[in-house]
Amino acid sequence: MAEALVSIRNLKKSFGRTRVLDGVDIDVGKGEAVVLIGASGSGKTTLLRCVNALERYDDGSIRVDGVEVGFRGEGAERRPRGERELSAIRADIGMVFQLFNLFPHLNARENVMLGLQKVRGLTKAEARERADHWLAQVGLADRAENYPSELSGGQQQRVGIARAVAMEPKLLLLDEITSALDPELVGEVLAVVRRLAADGMTMIVVTHEMIFARDVGTRVVFMDGGVKVEEGAPRDLLVNPRSERLKAFLSRLEMH
Amino acid sequence: MSGAFAFVVGTIPFLWQGLLMTLYVSAIVVVLSVVVGVVFGVLLAYGPWWARWPLRAYSDILRGTPLLVVIFTIYYLLPFAGLNLQPLPAVLLALVMFKTAHVSEIARGAIQSIPQGQTDAAKAIGLTFFQRLAYVILPQSVRRFLPPWINSVTDAVKGSSLVSLVGIVDLMLAAQQVIGRTYEPLPIYLLAAAIYFVINYSLSTLSRRLEARYAYIRE
Repeated sequence: MAEALVSIRNLKKSFGRTRVLDGVDIDVGKGEAVVLIGASGSGKTTLLRCVNALERYDDGSIRVDGVEVGFRGEGAERRPRGERELSAIRADIGMVFQLFNLFPHLNARENVMLGLQKVRGLTKAEARERADHWLAQVGLADRAENYPSELSGGQQQRVGIARAVAMEPKLLLLDEITSALDPELVGEVLAVVRRLAADGMTMIVVTHEMIFARDVGTRVVFMDGGVKVEEGAPRDLLVNPRSERLKAFLSRLEMH
Repeated sequence: MSGAFAFVVGTIPFLWQGLLMTLYVSAIVVVLSVVVGVVFGVLLAYGPWWARWPLRAYSDILRGTPLLVVIFTIYYLLPFAGLNLQPLPAVLLALVMFKTAHVSEIARGAIQSIPQGQTDAAKAIGLTFFQRLAYVILPQSVRRFLPPWINSVTDAVKGSSLVSLVGIVDLMLAAQQVIGRTYEPLPIYLLAAAIYFVINYSLSTLSRRLEARYAYIRE
């Protein structure tokens, strides 16, 4: 594996009394696309949200490019990071959401420009240029002035991707980004992600699209009950599952 | 008929002075209550418990009390607190406190109606708390804030007539004083009612215009 960009160790997280993550270890090398699969409730989305500090983890460690995401200090000195530090860390980790979460009061271009201006400190002209570049990259050059409500789901999600990658993040997190799309719109979104992966963007992807996992993933991690059950090369893991739990999961998918 | 008309016209300068006082009281109450109320609303939505808890109590108590009671309570309570305010500042304070309680609740509701996904997305591009508030949450909250807030502004205009209870000559008391001299209650009250209506109808029209302006924001 290439040099690890993300290193997750013994990650634990509970919501109330429910343990959602129960000691997960995952490494992601630079340029890798690691795909997390598993039933809903297996903890994969929570894991993704911990990597971007949208959730605070209880125990264990997540390092992105050598920096612990949620905490500062070691051992007894370990404290949750403050708002400013978290914002700086998140700025270098892009995220695309299942429900797009575009800003409805801003048009497509302004959605992409906001972070560039306010976080990256680009001038309006620079931000506009970079936003238009990325909107063109996702095939939406002619939609820059449209508001999210005027765009199809697939177009909204491509704006969501442009908004994330325009920040030039070290790492991109994709959280079931095609789950809310009509089937005929899934392809256009996956095509964009496939190209990002080919260009060497490091990604952690949560998906239910097994074909996507096979095509884009350099590695697949199967999670169940808050732990990593199996991990391996996509073609190997999805075709020859070793654990009973993965076999059961894959056979349930085939029935649908 | 023309005599009655001339009579009504003759009262206008006096009523005009009252109207100015009504507008003055309303403007002060509306401006101060929206500034303080929005800050309280943000604290109610995001603040630590030691800020939320007292604001919650403040808002619930004042919203659950008739304005008339609030005015008299504050008016007669202030001297015990060592504050000897003139009638106008005292009643203004009561009106602002009352209105702020309502505005803070409207603001809190508007802020909390914005889906969590908006905060997530704003965090994900690295915006800090105040940036998220300024560029993502508050601009979207405006659309949900406006309709109930304009309602509450029209209430403030109507509620301003209660300053007449402590002898301040607003539109309401001016009308009563004219009636006291002329013994012609009906035309004067009708005129006063018409003026209140014109003010509040303009406000609701403005509100509808503003709502239409924000109609493009749909989730």
